[in-house]
Amino acid sequence: MSTAADIIERWIKPNARVLDLGCGDGSLLRSLMETKNVNGYGLEINYANITRAIANGVNVIEQNIDQGLSNFADTSFDTVIMSQTLQAIHYPHVALEEVLRIGNEGVITFPNFAHWRCRYYLGTRGKMPVSKFMPYSWYDTPNIHFCTVRDFEALCAEKSIRILDRAFVNMKNRTPWQAKLRPNLFAVNAIYRISQ
Amino acid sequence: MPQQLPNDSVGLVQPATQHFAEPMTLVCGRTLPEYDLIYETYGQLNATKSNAVLICHALSGNHHAAGYHSREDRKPGWWESCIGPGKPIDTNDFFVVSSNNIGGCGGSTGPRSINPETHKIYGPDFPPVRARDWVNCQARLADVLGIDQWAAVIGGSLGGMQALRWALEYPQRLRHAVVIASALKLTAQNIAFNETACQAIVSDAEFREGHYLEHDTNPKKGLAIARMIGHITYLSDAAMGKKFGRDLRSGSFAAGNDKAIEFQVQSYLRYQGDVFSNNFDANTYLLMARALDYFDLARKYDDDPVRAFSHALCDFMIISFTSDWRFAPERSREIYSALIGAQKAVSYTEIIANEGHDGFLLPIARYLEVFAAYMQRVKRSVA
Repeated sequence: MSTAADIIERWIKPNARVLDLGCGDGSLLRSLMETKNVNGYGLEINYANITRAIANGVNVIEQNIDQGLSNFADTSFDTVIMSQTLQAIHYPHVALEEVLRIGNEGVITFPNFAHWRCRYYLGTRGKMPVSKFMPYSWYDTPNIHFCTVRDFEALCAEKSIRILDRAFVNMKNRTPWQAKLRPNLFAVNAIYRISQ
Repeated sequence: MPQQLPNDSVGLVQPATQHFAEPMTLVCGRTLPEYDLIYETYGQLNATKSNAVLICHALSGNHHAAGYHSREDRKPGWWESCIGPGKPIDTNDFFVVSSNNIGGCGGSTGPRSINPETHKIYGPDFPPVRARDWVNCQARLADVLGIDQWAAVIGGSLGGMQALRWALEYPQRLRHAVVIASALKLTAQNIAFNETACQAIVSDAEFREGHYLEHDTNPKKGLAIARMIGHITYLSDAAMGKKFGRDLRSGSFAAGNDKAIEFQVQSYLRYQGDVFSNNFDANTYLLMARALDYFDLARKYDDDPVRAFSHALCDFMIISFTSDWRFAPERSREIYSALIGAQKAVSYTEIIANEGHDGFLLPIARYLEVFAAYMQRVKRSVA
């Protein structure tokens, strides 16, 4: 069993040009630089993360995905990563198109809102789920566009996006058989490799 | 006057002057037969000479970037907020070199100097200089100081343009370029502001077509107006509103009060203009403004910034300020987008600040924090 980071790493080719949209403190890029010698850039808007990414030796660019990515040329990257970012942006469907315009491939990860714990929480309490994993209340959450494994695959089908690979991890960031069998029920996080 | 100099200041400093006897051919084709560069240094050069950073100054700047010339000085150098022990450009780590550019009026050869060929003051006949000429002169200074490669070349505004030019003209000679509140080239609006300021100077009757020193006149009024125009554009609407509002310095709007009304902002601007016109040279102002107007990083690379940056070898840090409308964040976005296109290492941050273009000179917490984080990265890369 492997972690989400292991899976993403496996999908990145050595010496690839990688753009990480919503790169956080740059730790994923840092690790890809070390293991795959990638030429990477990260986009981020959180000040503390930007400072940490700079200290991490990562190329970090302060730019808001929701305000457009037109300054990035077509197919200028091998892989564009959007890790745990899709649910926090205003126009996820536009961002997906942009990912595949700028990159030859996209790697997308997102929290699966149809996980059984979410369903149970909502079903029994009738309130928006709050957990250790998603600790925000509905009014202050940065996650404004939750979706499920099924929702995501439906959007890909609608946009004729090819799903090249997919993996599902649980709460412990592992890939158990249950999640493989019934991802929409047992995946806490979904990881996709996509192309046009 | 600070009775005791602050602990985070480089303290008392003295400028040095380097004479260059070898002629310098300028971009315009003319040659300076010889010239002086006045400069200051802060901190210690390490044994391997790997910790030197070059500071490039902007339009009205000079070599005096940090510290005090005497205990009687009212103000420290122009970038005291960023240079000193424990500051972003930490003088415990770096050997900082700051020179006055040729064409300036801070002590380097410029329009006020004597032309050795005619034995007269250069005045308006001082050759037009470009950012590339400044960079070439700074490279010669580096040779004299025994610095093969700068750990970083750093500048704001016109200084940032020099840092960009360094990256293309001497790619092997710098590891990092820190480019703050700058641009690949000026916009039409920017050139228009410069033109208005320059017209204020040349239309002053005392300007005498630039020969004011021979006539013992001084176009102080023109210079002061030029500075006032510049100053307005270096601040933001919000910054001026916060600092002055509509406060009155004298007079009142009350009926029956016939004392002249003066707003605080009017008095402040006039004061700034006065101080500047007492210390700055009109020909230098015109020369600097033209160097700014003519600067276009990509011109000699088929107007393609990506192609231009393909020549660079250093890493880049680009910083802008949200309220800067003279060198707007959009200009910095053009810089980093081209750098990404050229596959160069670059980071960018946009500081939320009300202070306008002047933000790059001021101790804004977020700015100092991210600048320091990058300089620590510079330090590690040359350790």
